[in-house]
Amino acid sequence: MNEPLFSKKNLKLLSDPLNNSNPITVQVLGICSALAVTAQLKPAIVMSISVTAVVALANVIISLLRNTIPNRIRIIVQLVVIAALVILVDQVLKAYVYDVSKQLSVFVGLIITNCILMGRLEAFALGNRPWQSFLDGIGNGAGYAAILIIVAFFRELLGSGSVLGFRIIPESWYIINGGFYANNGMMILPPMALITIGIIIWIQRSRNRKLIEN
Amino acid sequence: MNRNGNTYTVLYAAIMVILVAAILASISMSLKPLQVRNTEIEKKQSILASVNIESTVANAEEIYAEKIKKEYVVNVNGEQVEGDAFNIDLKKERAKPEEEMLLPVFECQTDDGLKYVLPLRGTGLWGPVWGYVALNDDMNTIYGANFDHQGETPGLGAEISTDIFEKPFVGKKLFDESGKLVSITVAKIGQDAPAEHKVDGISGGTITSKGLEQMLLDDFSSYEEFLKKKK
Repeated sequence: MNEPLFSKKNLKLLSDPLNNSNPITVQVLGICSALAVTAQLKPAIVMSISVTAVVALANVIISLLRNTIPNRIRIIVQLVVIAALVILVDQVLKAYVYDVSKQLSVFVGLIITNCILMGRLEAFALGNRPWQSFLDGIGNGAGYAAILIIVAFFRELLGSGSVLGFRIIPESWYIINGGFYANNGMMILPPMALITIGIIIWIQRSRNRKLIEN
Repeated sequence: MNRNGNTYTVLYAAIMVILVAAILASISMSLKPLQVRNTEIEKKQSILASVNIESTVANAEEIYAEKIKKEYVVNVNGEQVEGDAFNIDLKKERAKPEEEMLLPVFECQTDDGLKYVLPLRGTGLWGPVWGYVALNDDMNTIYGANFDHQGETPGLGAEISTDIFEKPFVGKKLFDESGKLVSITVAKIGQDAPAEHKVDGISGGTITSKGLEQMLLDDFSSYEEFLKKKK
């Protein structure tokens, strides 16, 4: 029982969700929010941090309670824990960092509906000890964040010509200013987010043979 | 105790709910004063932004006290009535029958003269949108506008709160030459409207744009008598 905090097995909990069991590209969870918040990079980053924090904390709480939770209402218990954490985060943000809370607005609500949270609580935290659950939460949050940030980077760059609000494509390139370039309006609409995720899955599978089904 | 029995399950659920409710309620109550202050400062910043005065969280209250000369409430007939203009909840007022609505007006002394700031509130795609529009003392020409929203889509509808959308409002007119209120059209590409009553809408944010257009029309209509009296 006395394995080191960062044993090989535990580190795998952190690294696996980044590739082999990525919540978005392999398990195809959390797609809804991945489409909704990736039109710009900044909300995508804030969303990633919030989801990581909530999934890690919820994992720990459920893992601590795992031997007391009545089996028949376990999903409800998980939901209550997630909802309470999300409201807590929202209230604290509103009181101390008001502008960040404005940035988040609807996404705070979206965190509750994110399948990754329920998925991790149900599949991992209910059967594992708190520290492992915490690592699993951080790992999955990071896996989610990685995809969100890649998608948001390309959508903002190609759709608005900027990254994190800073202009990358020079103004003078635009057709309006006598140049040759126009933003791809399609990139800021949700379908392109789905296609971008599809392309990421394609690239990931072509490099990682383990993921290819027979 | 049997962990799969009914008694245990019901007790567990009851205790959990009460516990969570107590924690959340106490957190919410203890943070309330800070949150209220944040929204007040934000409101002051928005009002100042509509007359093109930049302010920060730190100095908003000071500038507001200096620039905003008068706050008062009018009714739909343009008569001044009792009320605390700053703390009026527009959501409640807009739900009332028109005769009972309390409509706040803020008078602001800027370097370009006296401006009248009118607060507006309407519906976007996902939730409420609102804003402050400052008028010149001809009560017709827009001097500045500031819009905000609760949860419009970032990159699309949420663009209503950016300069790109707000700046074109400057110089637009509410009334046409015959004195009829026509408000402002938030147009899609190719949509025809007189240039002085039209601003460009947002690609991919049509419902938000149209909601905002409806808000402008509805809310200016309730101020119509007040605007005509002041002219």
